[in-house]
Amino acid sequence: MSDESVATRVINVFAKFKKMNPEDIKMDTSFDELGLDSLDGLNLIFELEEEFDIMVPDDKVQSMKSVHEVVEGVEYLLAHPEEQPTNAVRPSA
Amino acid sequence: MRKVVITGIGVVSAIGNNAADFWASLVAGRSGIGPITKVDVSTMRFQNAAEIKNFDPVQHFDEKNLLWLDPFSHYGIVAAREAIADSGIEFNDELRDKSGVITGSCLGGKMTEDELYYKLYAEGKQRHQPIAIPRAMSNAVASHVSMEFGLTGATFTTSTACSSANHAIGQAFWLIRQGTLDMAITGGSEAPICFGNLKAWETMRVVSPDTCRPFSKDRTGMILGEGGAMFVMETEESAHARGAKIYAEIAGFGMSADAHHLTMPLSDGAAKGMRLALEDANLEPQQVGYINAHGTATPANDPMESQAIRKVFGSHTDNIGVSSTKSMHGHTLGAAGAIEAAATVLALHNNLLPPNANFNEPDPECNVDVIANEARPAEVEAAVSNSFAFGGLNAVLAFRRVRN
Repeated sequence: MSDESVATRVINVFAKFKKMNPEDIKMDTSFDELGLDSLDGLNLIFELEEEFDIMVPDDKVQSMKSVHEVVEGVEYLLAHPEEQPTNAVRPSA
Repeated sequence: MRKVVITGIGVVSAIGNNAADFWASLVAGRSGIGPITKVDVSTMRFQNAAEIKNFDPVQHFDEKNLLWLDPFSHYGIVAAREAIADSGIEFNDELRDKSGVITGSCLGGKMTEDELYYKLYAEGKQRHQPIAIPRAMSNAVASHVSMEFGLTGATFTTSTACSSANHAIGQAFWLIRQGTLDMAITGGSEAPICFGNLKAWETMRVVSPDTCRPFSKDRTGMILGEGGAMFVMETEESAHARGAKIYAEIAGFGMSADAHHLTMPLSDGAAKGMRLALEDANLEPQQVGYINAHGTATPANDPMESQAIRKVFGSHTDNIGVSSTKSMHGHTLGAAGAIEAAATVLALHNNLLPPNANFNEPDPECNVDVIANEARPAEVEAAVSNSFAFGGLNAVLAFRRVRN
């Protein structure tokens, strides 16, 4: 974990994904405003899972439609690791 | 133009390993959805699927052949054998020359590939039996059935995600109608329950954590299913000549592309597919009394499909029973069109419309007459079966009842 705040790291993930300047992304910026459709949203959630080493449950994805909603969601999952399925391991073939 | 009819049906599915058991489960509203047993999914976001039960490939194939067959081929070949036996056809050289096998599959031998890659990447093995390529090729079922019965006419496989089988069945129909073939063995099969594929579906976030509730307001997504269904198709003339039992006429086929989005379906494209199928069948919308819906139970599909049905059928929509039998046999991807065509044809044949299981609550966004949870007796003149694929590729079949 870096010392950066969750919000900064989330914004950096958004900025990298959209090839934008992080300063242009505000907490109240919505997925729509960033031109993210449903499939882009899924990919972005995947990038966030990688960044924070978390697993976002399907029902949480529905409530992540803006930068601040994503930050709140990530902070919640970091504080409640029991609500994430653990990283999957391939069972024996 | 030649009329084309269905004279044989074979099914392997989560709700029955032959057509009779499949139909009995369908009309009883019995779902085959349950915990996944073939793969350890304890760490995944979904745990359920419609798995085939009590199917032992050893009972169907000798040891030598088994080595060369992925599970998707087991299901396809066993369904084809049942359809051929059911049709009562006896092939001679002349008929073999004009008979083809046209199948659909989205994933082909994904289970074989999954196993191969696991051995290479995870176990670090350097060698593998030389079986992966012929086992995994998507046309394996078409090739095996053609070899087993000596059929040398046009034989191929279509792969258009969830529309694969409908595209295959539609091609078989047209090839017979135009005289290229006299008989076709056609349908689709799929075996999607392997770890790599389940993980890939998990990332799409469209799979339900519990069950499949098409058109119900409380729906939570699709449920994957395994299976295969195959048909014997021939001209009405040849069926009459040999005194064969006819299940139904395959009357029309319509295809379209949304040209819109990889995963968000568009009702205009779906409506176009249905409209073209009716035109091809020379059917008026008012003649249709049953629609076997694509009905995946995802938030996106069911309202889109309901709108598309309204666009095509207008106020007559209120007179059409609609059900998604995926609520029982799951979404079998490239086999879906075939398994659902079997449900549709058997509905016409038996004057009984299979229900949409797990239906709890009407959704105003899905303004169609859902056949909720219980089969509905109805003498229906014609029926439509929809398949809409990721990538916006739509394929719709229309069937007409035949009085034997």
